[in-house]
Amino acid sequence: MKSGSNLERVMAAGHFAVTAECGPPRGADPDHVIKKAELVKGNVDACNVTDNQTSVVRMSSIAGCMLVKQSGIEPLLQMVVRDRNRIALQSDLLGASALGVRNLLCLSGDHQKFGDDPQAKNVFDIDSIQLIHLVKTMRDEGVFPSGDKLDGAPKFLIGCAVNPFADPYEIRVPRFKLKVDAGADFVQTQCIYNMDVFKKYMEDVKRQGLHERCKILAGVTPLKSAGMGKFMNRMVAGIDIPDSFIKRIADEPKEKQAAKGIEMCIEQIHELKEMEGIAGVHVMAIEWEEKLNEIIGGAGLLPRPVVEHETVH
Amino acid sequence: MLPCTGRIDESLLLKSFENGADGVMVVGCLEGDCHYVNGNIRARARVQRVYEILGQIAIGPERVRMYNLSAGEGAKFAAFTTEFYQKIKELGPSPITIARQSKPREVPVS
Amino acid sequence: MITGTPKPIDEVLSMIEAYNKIIVAGCYGCVTVCRVGGDKEVQVLSSTLRLAREAAGRPVEIKEVCLERQCDPEYLEPMRPYIEDYQAVVSIACGAGIQFMAEKFAKTPLLPGINTGFLGVTERQGEWAERCQGCGDCVLHLTGGICPVTRCAKSIFHGPCGGSVGGICEVDKEIKCGWQMIIDRLKSLDQMDNYGKLKPYKGWDASRDGGPRRIIREDMK
Repeated sequence: MKSGSNLERVMAAGHFAVTAECGPPRGADPDHVIKKAELVKGNVDACNVTDNQTSVVRMSSIAGCMLVKQSGIEPLLQMVVRDRNRIALQSDLLGASALGVRNLLCLSGDHQKFGDDPQAKNVFDIDSIQLIHLVKTMRDEGVFPSGDKLDGAPKFLIGCAVNPFADPYEIRVPRFKLKVDAGADFVQTQCIYNMDVFKKYMEDVKRQGLHERCKILAGVTPLKSAGMGKFMNRMVAGIDIPDSFIKRIADEPKEKQAAKGIEMCIEQIHELKEMEGIAGVHVMAIEWEEKLNEIIGGAGLLPRPVVEHETVH
Repeated sequence: MLPCTGRIDESLLLKSFENGADGVMVVGCLEGDCHYVNGNIRARARVQRVYEILGQIAIGPERVRMYNLSAGEGAKFAAFTTEFYQKIKELGPSPITIARQSKPREVPVS
Repeated sequence: MITGTPKPIDEVLSMIEAYNKIIVAGCYGCVTVCRVGGDKEVQVLSSTLRLAREAAGRPVEIKEVCLERQCDPEYLEPMRPYIEDYQAVVSIACGAGIQFMAEKFAKTPLLPGINTGFLGVTERQGEWAERCQGCGDCVLHLTGGICPVTRCAKSIFHGPCGGSVGGICEVDKEIKCGWQMIIDRLKSLDQMDNYGKLKPYKGWDASRDGGPRRIIREDMK
């Protein structure tokens, strides 16, 4: 095992994996995380803890991971290269591993312009793909990138993110391949709504054999309303929600739109489960964690499997 | 002698104020009718920049203005001149003139 | 060229508040080309300062000079005979020129009349855009002649990031995605092979992060 994480064991045993995410609070109150964790618990194999997403300052991702872990859920540490140079990245990786975090997602991070402190200096010392390479070097070779030997290598299942819907399309699969070449063990995709584009993307991914080298967790986000879908289409870079998708929700009366959104999310997960090369789903129920149980249960993915350390080698 | 308003630059206009002008009127040919193609268009942009500079200091922007007319429009020229003269008269002497009248210049001669 | 923008007049006026005899010094180099620090700008700034100060009842005497370059010692020397007759110099050269003048004339305060911008080009009349960060380790041969360090808002080496939509960077709709441009250009050059390679971590020590830089060329001494 590379990391021995629960997520790694579940996927290695051939189970369809489930992850979700939990955004740390805009303050120092731990109860916020603990309450969210209660809603996530039992529904997932690991839970992402975001790292100052959209450059809005929040409780640190590592601290959030520890709170999640104390609640009995396996954390998945998101780490962006926007705020830390390679010294800070290495140091935080060692610290997170020492605290028992075993899953990592390497990201660029949204530009600081969008957050609280648009005047902040951006770091981007190395990029997210180089971070993957850095973690893999530390984990597998037991050395710092400088070549010095580590006093204990960090153990992480290394993840990356891809957006099959971003521009330009022709670079989507080559860029994913770069991440796999750099050492990504798993990938979580941007929220998928346009299944036609995603299927085409997966065909290209499979042609390169990337699904055999990297576990693909398909991202889904239930829509609370037709309005939310339209808003995301307009405001979120790289989101592609087909009109037909939104129309199915818009056709429902207002009070039933949320239920329809959940029903469609479940439907999507069923479809993804049947697709070759998909190893699991990443359910991003944004500020809607109380629905995770309904969605994941509805998709027939509960209870989550328990895979002991000994059963996989 | 300026053959064309296109020769007027910002420093020349500002110099006029330094030399005690209470207002500066720039009169160019009709736009699209410049003997040097676009001299008056350039002059317009420069007058605009001086307008902005004067707005940032105590002189005030209204003391500079550009007019366009053809060489055959004598009556129009007289009307524009009268209009601008009246405007400057309303504004009164420029702060530079006032400062110079109220006390002798302090600038040492180099 | 090195670009810049004029400082607001109020800011310059407050810098010269204490003085009544100053030099305004321009430069015939880059700042002349980008219309922020040449002899015309010296004249305009000087007139503006004189008018503002005289209107306020506190005239200022200004000597107007424009040097061939403020970043070369031989062009600064001619100022030596008279510089100490003045209380300060407002320089509208780039930050390098201003500092070099300060270095040469220890007793004269140097005041910046412009904000120095970036290494850029004139895209069209009145419009300048950044092209180079002087990072000290050029990779343009691998990226189709378009710099990822400068043209990508995140300076990433394996772009584009998820914030690229229709060739536009998420940071500002006026900013083109540097990586979209790189890819388009690599395609037209039939060099897409360059895209698929992992690039080593950049050595920022060759950039400003290694401390103030110096070039020594024995062959030129």
